[in-house]
Amino acid sequence: MLAASTSIFTMLSWGDQGYGDEIALGTLVTLQVSFLAYLLGFAIGLVGAVGKLAGGAITRGAFNVYTTLVRAVPELVLILLLYYAGSDSLNRLLGGVGLGPVRINALVAGIVVLGFVQGAYQTEVIRAAIQAIPIGQIEAARAYGMGPLLRFRRVVLPAMLPFAIPGLANLWLNATKDSALISVVGLSELALTTKQAAGYIKYTQGNPLYLLVFYALTAAIYLAISLASNQFFAWLERRTRRGQRQPA
Amino acid sequence: MDWSWLLVYYPQLLHGLWITLALLVLSVFFGMLMAVPIGFAQAAGPRWLAWPAKAFCTFIRGTPLLVQIWFFYYGLGILFPLIPELRTSFLWPVLREGFFYAVVAFSLSYAGYEGEVMRGAFLGVPKGEIEAARAIGMSPFTLVRRIWFPRAVRLVLPTLAGETVGQLKATPLAFTITVMDLMGATNMIRQNTYRTYEPLMLVALFYMIITFIMVLGFNWLERLVPQKR
Repeated sequence: MLAASTSIFTMLSWGDQGYGDEIALGTLVTLQVSFLAYLLGFAIGLVGAVGKLAGGAITRGAFNVYTTLVRAVPELVLILLLYYAGSDSLNRLLGGVGLGPVRINALVAGIVVLGFVQGAYQTEVIRAAIQAIPIGQIEAARAYGMGPLLRFRRVVLPAMLPFAIPGLANLWLNATKDSALISVVGLSELALTTKQAAGYIKYTQGNPLYLLVFYALTAAIYLAISLASNQFFAWLERRTRRGQRQPA
Repeated sequence: MDWSWLLVYYPQLLHGLWITLALLVLSVFFGMLMAVPIGFAQAAGPRWLAWPAKAFCTFIRGTPLLVQIWFFYYGLGILFPLIPELRTSFLWPVLREGFFYAVVAFSLSYAGYEGEVMRGAFLGVPKGEIEAARAIGMSPFTLVRRIWFPRAVRLVLPTLAGETVGQLKATPLAFTITVMDLMGATNMIRQNTYRTYEPLMLVALFYMIITFIMVLGFNWLERLVPQKR
């Protein structure tokens, strides 16, 4: 495929001569895993925050254990533990009902595992944001006779967002960066794709400077994702703060 | 559950624990050493210093640590052996080890995150205190040494615990570049014994215990510093 004398432009080109398309695909996988894991984390976060604030002793205790444990253990260890535990218990479950073992799709596993980790952090951010809502707004909604669900949808959710967005923005950046950790269970996202490309360069004894170019390019792609996200969240925060008093 | 491997492998785990702690202490030390000037340059430096400091923080905070580590180990680490002078120098045994690249990457990462925190702290010192120091005729250097820097450190102390725990949780990434830290030892045990859960659960417990001890330590440190509000 590639000769040792291949130029860097060929190495980065589209098609089977270079790694351009592989890296583009890896970027898409990274974005996909991060986004879906983030959404899953947000869903868990909403349930967790409400559970922690309004649940009974058992619910609160369970969510406390969840957020404390997940936040005290390194993400890498968690991802490995959850990946093996998750695929193992699923296969045992399938075995129990008489179905053969399945190979877990690395993409789905990555999303679920990263979402589970995100959920613990988002629970804490959303809980703090709900507690920051002036209590009068919630009492007013109650005085109007709104039921708990309607109150949550119309008052709590929009009122907590401006408080939650800075924290949630940070967690989105964490999600994009933590998605690189999924590479340890073999998902070919951006980081692992680059590592494979670099491995190929080394194997074919290509120019070692190309390795630097590939890693720098990958870092630049992550950086671009981060910078674009920052712009987006700044806009979103301005939008959710419409009608609030602006600090002088 | 089978824990019999623990009797065979506990020396590797203990050694891994030391490596993890060494990674943490070295990177926090060197990282903080860089973070203070980086933060100060952003808060009070001239534009030609503030801009690169800001760019450094943005770059570190905007890219995954894993990619940074790989950049140093697989990227730069491949180039070093090509320099014959380096290969024969006394530095070579160090430059060959993944541990060295891990310390460099973790230190720079910590410097990037803490540089941003220190920027906020330097800006957070009340203007009046700095003006008062100027008014009694302190030289700029004394002002920084006696007033600005100590006050900024006091401001970051409560956040430092969380940041350092975050750094501890980043150290297992070193195992991807062959460092035999806690995670590296765990991985070796997993491969040798074919047991998955027990080693991973044990290492998770290890990290939780270290976190717990660190939080206690930082609480003690914070109480040493009088804080009047």
